Amino acid sequence: MIVSELSPEELASRLASPGLRLRTGPVVTRIQSRLTSVVQGVALHYAHYAVEGEGSFADFRVRVASPHSLRRWLKPQVYFHFDGASPFLPLPANQAFAMLEWGLNWCVSNHCHQYLIIHAAAVERSGLALLLPGPPGSGKSTLCAGLASRGWRLLCDELTLLDLATGSVVPLPRPISLKNESIDVIRRFAPEARLNPPVHDTVKGSVAHMKAPEQSVIRGAEPARPRWVVLPRFERGATVSLEQQSRARTFMRLAENAFNYDVHGRRGFELLANLIATSDCFECRFSLLEDAVEALDGLARRT
Amino acid sequence: MEPLLLALRDPEALLGLKLPQWEVLVNQARRANLLSRVAAGFDRDGLLREVPVAPRAHLLAARALAQAQADAVRREIAAIDRSLAATGAPVVLLKGAAYLLAGLPAARGRLFTDIDILVPRAALAEVEAALMLAGWAGMKTTPYDQRYYRRWMHELPPLKHIARQTVLDVHHAILPLTARLKPDSAKLLAASRTLPGEPRLRVLAPVDMVLHSATHLFCNEDVGNSLRDLVDLDSLLCCFGNKKGFWPALSARAAELDLTRPFYYALRYVQPILNTPVPAQVLRDAEIGRPPSALRGLMDAIFFRTLQPDRAAATDGLASLARGSLYVRAHWLRMPPLLLALHLTSKALRREQ
Repeated sequence: MIVSELSPEELASRLASPGLRLRTGPVVTRIQSRLTSVVQGVALHYAHYAVEGEGSFADFRVRVASPHSLRRWLKPQVYFHFDGASPFLPLPANQAFAMLEWGLNWCVSNHCHQYLIIHAAAVERSGLALLLPGPPGSGKSTLCAGLASRGWRLLCDELTLLDLATGSVVPLPRPISLKNESIDVIRRFAPEARLNPPVHDTVKGSVAHMKAPEQSVIRGAEPARPRWVVLPRFERGATVSLEQQSRARTFMRLAENAFNYDVHGRRGFELLANLIATSDCFECRFSLLEDAVEALDGLARRT
Repeated sequence: MEPLLLALRDPEALLGLKLPQWEVLVNQARRANLLSRVAAGFDRDGLLREVPVAPRAHLLAARALAQAQADAVRREIAAIDRSLAATGAPVVLLKGAAYLLAGLPAARGRLFTDIDILVPRAALAEVEAALMLAGWAGMKTTPYDQRYYRRWMHELPPLKHIARQTVLDVHHAILPLTARLKPDSAKLLAASRTLPGEPRLRVLAPVDMVLHSATHLFCNEDVGNSLRDLVDLDSLLCCFGNKKGFWPALSARAAELDLTRPFYYALRYVQPILNTPVPAQVLRDAEIGRPPSALRGLMDAIFFRTLQPDRAAATDGLASLARGSLYVRAHWLRMPPLLLALHLTSKALRREQ
């Protein structure tokens, strides 16, 4: 069963209790929340995702809720609960869905050490993966959303899971987190993309999530072999350039952006070394999304 | 029985579990910081491959994390050892660090939050200076905290390495100076053992290791890791219990070190909860540390609650009251009433600011 097969009432009641067992890539999360914004966010963004039954195994159990204090009438807040604890400070109530998204990322990056996890977006074409590692502000998510709207399959926006045995990218397709100007950039670039209303004044500025394309969700169990590593560099006014990078430097950038490189020791080193040895490495400077997407499309055409 | 306790006692008994019960197990084990310990149990018995794929992924992930921590702790201990070589002071590793370097089963799949060492009080200033030179700096910087640790506690204010961010606790005793029980650190140091292949590093004698673990569990305010501490205790007793002369020496040492009360509690709770084999004679010997009946009833109510795996039901009002009372009790045991009042008042006032 998928989420859109539940009526809005069924979805709300399941989220309230006992929780919705939602599959995203290899991860099943039991999500509980009575907050309308979370119910609506799940209904929009996760419409095509599989719902697991009560007899299944949930990797994580999370809850997004407002505390039962007087404060909820005055300046309502939400907490993210995981394993009976609240790992983050509360956020204003209108950021509830964003908090769920950040919390789900945290669950994976802190626990799924069966993978080498890199802070990178990844997209796929013809079975080959393009990795976009980068810090916030580099244009990683914008590029990822752009590519995912033009024929590339979305593998993930934040967390690239590398299978330790095969070195392949294990997809974790989830909504793409867009910040500030990139929200309008994507609205213009891909008018058909579904975004939820932006939430302002978060720690990351204004945030809106873009729904993952349906095909990427349906093909969420198909791994992809890394083929390109592109370090995105958004620079106002820059004309697009795609410059080959040294493998050594790119290796270091991947290692710096890994959440659990230290956990895997030698195995992690060898995995990244092999990934780099079989990939072409570039830096993509850009200011206009159209140009950057075209340049990266060119990469795929060349192979 | 709770899946986590079953996993700690007898991993094989879990193989018939259904997925929802595996989910409960992973949840309980993760909360108790024991997931990697559970993984080590399956691994030891060669059962990991028989665990269903979904929970197995968590066990493998936890195992990788614990392995990385163990490697890191070994490197860290080597760095501490190098930094302190010139002082000539004996350095006794405590708790997890000791289990790891001594190759004890208690180290299998154990997670670390910090490294603990014990040095003679007379060498404290020199040890602190040498560690600071090597990059360890105090984490508690307010004058009150400094004074609190240096006058009343059994350790220096925790040190953090400026580059590696690792935390080191330097102890000169196993209980605060102000505590009612007064185990003599000189005796612990005198009985400590060298480690094979390590010219300077030492660990406590087996009986002292057990008594320290018991003391830590039953006099500490860190209630979140209680079950983890009980697992340490169980593992040490199972490992040393087969050695000739261990049990009589343990009872005698508890009396000698003024630790008959924590010793009593240790056996009282570890045995029914983790099914640790303890000879009947030792249980009788331990009665010497038995508290008055009313107190014992209260302690039973508290400990049997806080030592249970932390599932949703255990977060009821009684369990949280039990955890709260253990925090208060730990402080009560650490300091005389007047000093405690001053300390808590001072902490409360500072929080106001």
